[in-house]
Amino acid sequence: MIKAKIFVTLKEGILDPQGRAVQQSLRILGFSSVDDVRIGKFLEVDVQETDKSAAEIQVQSMCERLLVNPVIENYRYELLDP
Amino acid sequence: MNIGVIVFPGSNCDRDCAHVVSDVIGQSVYLIWHQDTSLRGMDAVILPGGFSYGDYLRTGAIAHLSPIMEAVKTFAKQGGLVLGICNGFQILLEAGLLPGAMLRNQNLSFICEEIYVRVENADTPFTNHCQPGQVLQIPIAHAEGNYYTDPISLSSLQAHAQVVFRYCDKEGRVTPEANPNGSLDHIAGLRNAAGNVLGMMPHPERCSESILSNTDGLAIFQSIVASMTNRSSTLAF
Repeated sequence: MIKAKIFVTLKEGILDPQGRAVQQSLRILGFSSVDDVRIGKFLEVDVQETDKSAAEIQVQSMCERLLVNPVIENYRYELLDP
Repeated sequence: MNIGVIVFPGSNCDRDCAHVVSDVIGQSVYLIWHQDTSLRGMDAVILPGGFSYGDYLRTGAIAHLSPIMEAVKTFAKQGGLVLGICNGFQILLEAGLLPGAMLRNQNLSFICEEIYVRVENADTPFTNHCQPGQVLQIPIAHAEGNYYTDPISLSSLQAHAQVVFRYCDKEGRVTPEANPNGSLDHIAGLRNAAGNVLGMMPHPERCSESILSNTDGLAIFQSIVASMTNRSSTLAF
């Protein structure tokens, strides 16, 4: 089995009001050096495959067809052997 | 006229839409379950508001893969009238039947209030009962209505009069204060290039009878019926 760790983030230039609210809270806590916060999604997907490249093709397809909205989001992933 | 209302798990405005279609404008309405694969000869289809699949992953993301959506896509490609309201609009975006995507409201809140929209294009099958520039008061109820699309796509929407509704104030002025959710170019509703698919965030089904003290939404449903009547008379000739 291969574990895919998928990171989905808002594209650069797209306003992230949630990230901005968190940034402001961090500043209130005294972390004045925090310039920017962007909030995204993290997915762990277990794929029943032994071959890494076969798993990668599937993971890419999953991202393109459902997990990611290419209008507003970017993604990257890591594939881990068990 | 036969109008279908698609019911997804988590739809919650399906009955309201069906009520307006049957009891207010006197058309035949059919509730179509999302697992169905056929639109059964409908003349028009409404994707209602709600929280399909609990808004998991992204609003409309799971619902757009429901079996019925293949039939909706085919219907839309053939020129059938498709109206998506609120979550229905979000599903149409995810399905690629309309361009762009929805982001969280700029103030991060779920907004449920009466707002005003200006009719930017009254020459559509969904707005032919409105005057150009007419101001409609229609309620919104959403957390993800902050429309976004890339600059090229936005220019194309503007150039082809695809922006059908913009958020405005009571007098029809499109101001930043009148934009409830931060939507790009104040977009509250837009149509596809072919003109037969409309998505809108406000809920016309919630303001279509005098007992609700607001009938501004009625024009949308009347427009659909009028355009279908025109279509069938054109076909008959």
